[in-house]
Amino acid sequence: MASSSTENLTPEMFEPVDSDVNEQEALRGTRVSFWQDVWFRFRSNKGALIGMLLILAIGVMAIVGPLMNSYSYSEQDYSATNQIFAGDHWLGTDKFGRDLWTRIWYGAGISLIIAFLAAAIDLIIGVPYGCISGYCGGKVDNWMQRIIEVLYGIPNLIMMILLLIWLDRGIFAIALAMSITGWVAMARIVRGQILKAKNQEYVLAARSLGASHGRLLLKHMFPNVLSAVIVTIMFTIPTAIFFEAFLGFIGLGIRPPQASLGVLINDGFEMLRLFPYQIFYPAAVLSLLMFSFNLVGDGLRDALDPKLRR
Amino acid sequence: MGRYIIQRLIYMLITIWVIITVTFFLMHNLPGSPLKNEHKIPPEIKEAILKQYGLDQPVPVQYLQYLGNLMTGDLGASFQYNGRSVTSLIMEGFPASLQLGIQAIVFGTLFGLFLGCIAALKQGTWMDNATTVIAVLGISVPSFVMAALLSYFVGVKWGILPPGLWGSFAHSILPSLALSFLVIATISRYIRTELLEVLGQDYMKTAKAKGLSRSTTVTRHALRNALIPAVTVLGPLTVQLITGSLVVEKIFSVPGMGWMFVNSIKVNDYTAIMGVTIFYGALIVLSMFIVDLLYGMIDPRIRLADGKE
Repeated sequence: MASSSTENLTPEMFEPVDSDVNEQEALRGTRVSFWQDVWFRFRSNKGALIGMLLILAIGVMAIVGPLMNSYSYSEQDYSATNQIFAGDHWLGTDKFGRDLWTRIWYGAGISLIIAFLAAAIDLIIGVPYGCISGYCGGKVDNWMQRIIEVLYGIPNLIMMILLLIWLDRGIFAIALAMSITGWVAMARIVRGQILKAKNQEYVLAARSLGASHGRLLLKHMFPNVLSAVIVTIMFTIPTAIFFEAFLGFIGLGIRPPQASLGVLINDGFEMLRLFPYQIFYPAAVLSLLMFSFNLVGDGLRDALDPKLRR
Repeated sequence: MGRYIIQRLIYMLITIWVIITVTFFLMHNLPGSPLKNEHKIPPEIKEAILKQYGLDQPVPVQYLQYLGNLMTGDLGASFQYNGRSVTSLIMEGFPASLQLGIQAIVFGTLFGLFLGCIAALKQGTWMDNATTVIAVLGISVPSFVMAALLSYFVGVKWGILPPGLWGSFAHSILPSLALSFLVIATISRYIRTELLEVLGQDYMKTAKAKGLSRSTTVTRHALRNALIPAVTVLGPLTVQLITGSLVVEKIFSVPGMGWMFVNSIKVNDYTAIMGVTIFYGALIVLSMFIVDLLYGMIDPRIRLADGKE
């Protein structure tokens, strides 16, 4: 039976399948780029999403909040100073009778600007500085590190007072003051991580395949350094926010009656024993902001980790 | 290695000299003068005072004189305290600041390591979230607020520990604790991220496959490879803490050296500014050197002594 069925087969009965090797090898499904993948994983992390929404919400409140009641951040009401609940002052008033609700959201806006400035300075100066220093090593590293030591060693306060003589107070002065030493910690961290990564097998492999210096640094080493960079930014931001308050204190920060969260916390601290609510609100907003930044940072770290990619 | 250490020591001296030089000339541009009530002093007396402190000379000459004195180990006499030498002022405040700083660093590092390990090993659980909350509070609540709260609640309201002043070990607990929050936050965050990365490495699987216990794999294999960033930040952080914090010392009335620097700049006490700067600068430079040495010990693949041999 079997043999008869094979004998009945004639070549005409067969038809070549129109197959193309390239087509067989083609990838099914849509291609996912690295950043699409990052976004997908970031989105599926609930904490990170909540953090991002909170930062957005604080950002929106910084713009809308001061307009929500009839007071301005500088308006003084001497009939209602240091009130916890005073009519339509929703969060009470400070020692000059200024509306705290308005001042806190106004201050949150200033502090957000400073946070982004600090992060930008870290990324623009600190990261490349540390990368070059660690990657080149030897003499270059030696000199670059000695410069960092000098920057660490010269008292910050003296430099700030001298800046004060040359500059008007304001965001520009703050940015300049931060760009003198604000990036140094980042540069040190990145250098340490690059030193560690430099001697690992995957770098050797990439190098023997002929990868250029730039490609080695950007494509191979930098992704492995990124998580430490994110953590460092999480520390740079609050440091910058308090540094701004310190600058305000010595007369270089924003001009009172303008306010930032750091300034409000400083002011509130003066009244801590008598009116603790005045430090509570700005500290709560700052903590919330920092908490959101950390959630986003953790989420970004997990999303960017190439080893977790599936 | 020996050659590397000697080389670094020479660089350290050069770096400190650069710090001294830059600070010296910047400092002479500060507004104000070291003399109190400058306008009220009769000109001849003013001249005599300036001459006694060598301030009548042009700044470059003063600079050379200062360097000359420094070579003999003389930091000069402070302007604000009649006749007190700067060395004795530093040595008076340093022990208290050193004790607080070291206690804060040791406690903060150990506790931070502990929290960081827990967070990484239990990633995504409530324990991980709890350490995040602690870290966020540690970095976003400034140390002076922590200090004031600790002093008020633990010290005054509950009366468990002395709320201020200096003397026994009990006096040093609260200020050290206030200083240690930043250390805890820093160490725990860096350890958490680095450890997460290391735990995903293949050699961790190998160690587990060999049958090593969880604790051995973590302490022997993972932790060591997660230490680099923590060590990097600990260097300058230690120097900052042992040279004193102005606000924490003020809140707890600790006779440390944190106040000294800010005060000297306020009154243009040139010799005191230089003395503290040299002291701080030398410690910073030394800490960077130690960190670089530690890199090599933690990860022997890191060779800073240049691969010429």
